[in-house]
Amino acid sequence: MLNNQGRPTRPNTSEQDNSTTDTFTGNKALDLETPLIFEQGVPGRLGVDMAEPKKVKSRLGNTARNNPVGLPDLSEPQVLRHFVRLSRQNYSIDSGFYPLGSCTMKHNPRINEKVARLAGLGDLHPMQPVSTVQGALELIDDLAHWLKTITGMPAVAMSPAAGAHGELCGVMAIRAAHEAKGEARKRILVPESAHGTNPATAALCGYKVDSVPAREDGRMDMDAFAEKLGPDVAGVMLTNPNTCGLFENDVKKIADMVHEVGAYFYCDGANLNAILGRVRPGDLGVDAMHINLHKTFSTPHGGGGPGSGPVVLSEALAAFAPVPFITHGEKGFDLVEHVEGEAAKSFGRMKTYHGQMGMFIRALAYMQSHGSDGLRQIAEDAVLNANYVRVGLNDLLHSPFDGICMHEALFDDSSLKDTGVTTLDLAKAMIDEGYHPMTMYFPLVVHGAMLIEPTESESRETLDQFIGAMRHLLNKAHKGETAYFEQAPHFAPRRRLDETGAARNPILRWIPEEDDPQNKRTLSAAS
Amino acid sequence: MRYMPHTADERAKMLGEIGVGSVDDLFVDIPVEARLKGLLDLPLHASEMDVEKNFRTLAGKNLSPYSAPCFLGAGAYQHHVPSVADHLIQRSEFLTAYTPYQPEISQGTLQALFEFQTQVALITGMEVANASMYDGATSCAESVLMACRVTRRKKAILSGNLHPHYRDVTRTTLQFTEFEATELSPVLEGREDFEAHIGSDIACVVVQNPDFFGRVQDLTDLAEKCHAAGALLVVVVNEVVSLGAMMSPGEMGADIVAGEGQSIGVPLSYGGPYVGLLATRQKFVRQMPGRLCGETVDQDGKRGFVLTLSTREQHIRREKATSNICTNAGLCSLAFTVHMSLLGETGFAKLAEINHGEAVAAAELLNELDGVEVVNDTFFNEFMLRLSVNATDVVEKLAEKGILGGVPVARLLPDAGTDNLLLVAVTETCAAGDIRKLVSALKEIL
Repeated sequence: MLNNQGRPTRPNTSEQDNSTTDTFTGNKALDLETPLIFEQGVPGRLGVDMAEPKKVKSRLGNTARNNPVGLPDLSEPQVLRHFVRLSRQNYSIDSGFYPLGSCTMKHNPRINEKVARLAGLGDLHPMQPVSTVQGALELIDDLAHWLKTITGMPAVAMSPAAGAHGELCGVMAIRAAHEAKGEARKRILVPESAHGTNPATAALCGYKVDSVPAREDGRMDMDAFAEKLGPDVAGVMLTNPNTCGLFENDVKKIADMVHEVGAYFYCDGANLNAILGRVRPGDLGVDAMHINLHKTFSTPHGGGGPGSGPVVLSEALAAFAPVPFITHGEKGFDLVEHVEGEAAKSFGRMKTYHGQMGMFIRALAYMQSHGSDGLRQIAEDAVLNANYVRVGLNDLLHSPFDGICMHEALFDDSSLKDTGVTTLDLAKAMIDEGYHPMTMYFPLVVHGAMLIEPTESESRETLDQFIGAMRHLLNKAHKGETAYFEQAPHFAPRRRLDETGAARNPILRWIPEEDDPQNKRTLSAAS
Repeated sequence: MRYMPHTADERAKMLGEIGVGSVDDLFVDIPVEARLKGLLDLPLHASEMDVEKNFRTLAGKNLSPYSAPCFLGAGAYQHHVPSVADHLIQRSEFLTAYTPYQPEISQGTLQALFEFQTQVALITGMEVANASMYDGATSCAESVLMACRVTRRKKAILSGNLHPHYRDVTRTTLQFTEFEATELSPVLEGREDFEAHIGSDIACVVVQNPDFFGRVQDLTDLAEKCHAAGALLVVVVNEVVSLGAMMSPGEMGADIVAGEGQSIGVPLSYGGPYVGLLATRQKFVRQMPGRLCGETVDQDGKRGFVLTLSTREQHIRREKATSNICTNAGLCSLAFTVHMSLLGETGFAKLAEINHGEAVAAAELLNELDGVEVVNDTFFNEFMLRLSVNATDVVEKLAEKGILGGVPVARLLPDAGTDNLLLVAVTETCAAGDIRKLVSALKEIL
């Protein structure tokens, strides 16, 4: 606990007597606290050595700054220690099992980090003449080739910056294609189990979202779908394998029905990991699909990005792809950067420059390391591991849908009924066992959902221990040890946090004490 | 394959536990006719050594700005990234964590985000900032959408001197919404006149400072005119180092600041990933896009941080969300936070002063050359030259001499009248020798 000078003090809200385990500093051996960076520092310290500025006549006109910014001054070792201490309060895939469903938390190879930093790649400026970046364009073109081959699709738009940005790209291409035919369609069909980004994206493209219910076996309800399909439908956005961890086995029929009414089939590719080298979306009638390079192709998630979301496109949509794209000319590779000429039908531009090059490099290194044989093995081992977890737990946890799953195992909370333990409580107890919890309460169509995605990176021993820990916790819940769960996590750097309070009284930045009339900081930070 | 632990024997045993005969039995839901029989038509797996070689070969085909004098800007700037910043973002605990959905074991990411939000708010002079956007251009487009929601108006005015990619991305983002943008023509000399366009139906005016041509201006009057008409002022900053020397957009009256944070801690990496900044006033916070980190307490009363106000976001609100954004630029925002922490008040101001000093000195040298004229009256670290000949040709000739001499305006604004214009950025990374090389090469070429 920290007081308002940022110094650790003794907690006084705990009900237990901590006098024998309290420390003067508030630290507990390797468990080290660090105040906010703004609560540290002494004016005049400097963490970067620089030459003296040239004395010149200012060309800033009347815009020169007169007031201080308000940043603290620190030395390099202070900054390093601050962030190292912070890092130690994070769980990560490198430190343990991270079965967060729908997120594909797999091993992030370090060779990828190394090559992304090579001189001649990591330092390239996006506006260098194309004659000086032929290797960079070749690299992007090569990655595009891998993505097209893996998916069996004829074209790919490389620039989208993340999965949701890729969805936006795909649905914009769909809308542009309809408009080119002079058609103003109004609705996009989205299954209830979809990621929230799907309806949000459709809305941003001016479409009304029409939700399709799920069938009892966890797939899209084909009768409801047929009923909702019509000439005013622009497209369907279907995740496959879906968010219940199941392959939509009617997918070809869905594609045919969509095409029959002149609509397009958008596939959310978040779960591509499960089908690498086993089936190509292009053979299933898909018109557009984004690929999360930060899921399937191991570019590190970095605590929330950056991602990269290239979108593969069918012949019908390829002409509407955003700029820029790469062409092959007599002088080698070239870039088409404007909506004109061969890009005349392009729907526009999605971001500055050419896409997430740093992620392209990592993803291509990952693909080359695996090759066609390794890519297929990824899907097989990811699906094997998910099914291994499923059978290891399904006598104690209820699967809402019977049978084989793909890359993730889904359970509902019906087996916790009458224990007083919720999905959230169970997740927090998993933290104490040294795991990152599974995805909770998603997909929305399953009550108290627990979505477990082990990925291909995990060994049998890891899975066995995880299954053992889960069985231990579930037995504990059934024995009525509810209080243990309600108080979990017991051993994390923080206990459960007051999220309601955070939303009701948002404190979104540090404020110097003298500028804080309501004394919000003191209330929240002092003991 | 070294990344996957199972042996053939283990796989067989696991299949047995699952109760299936072969791995094919796990893929029975895939339609038979679509199942792939053999391997994809791609190379087989490669060793780490071979992969590294492939990338060294590709890197060798590029001209590296580490080894060439580099005067390129136009929205992306070469700055020194401290080793500490690159080291810290490679800490496993930051690099390989997901979005902080479980706050009890994600305080590292969350506290760093809270510090990032505070730093962005401080340098822009705004009250709050979000946890990042993809890049400056998407942040600009989202700012326009946000201004339309706040004002319940449907029209935006885009300055003609906005970076062309920002303008294009904003136009692309708005094209299928109920909102529209009026795009003004670039003004190469003199000041833009917005007054005629600001009416009672305008949601916001979007203006860049320093503008695409490098000029800086006090926007206080424009902010007052916007506010008088009930519109918001959106200020785009794509060289954030300028904020160490200039009045902040907040001090000038901005309502939303859309920034590109690449200059602080993030390598050029051929254009991405970068980090979009979005800052605004506290009263607009519920209309903001993207993630927000907030301070709270845990059960024991200890200070902690959580993602908050998520009822704005797609995973809760679905089609009614303020944006579809989910993954943002987490690790790049950490690099920004570390670099900004190293700089501090003293270093941020000094870095800006060095950039301005180098640019002013270079502009004076270049302006003396025959066939070269500095167009700008004002600038921070980037200015525009009018050459006597085609700027694209000059840049190609400079590249042949191993110099990255600038960005031809025509590459981004290919309209008539820009052929001879060249944008030149000078940062702390340009040594005195670099400027001399550029000057003497231009003497030979022109």
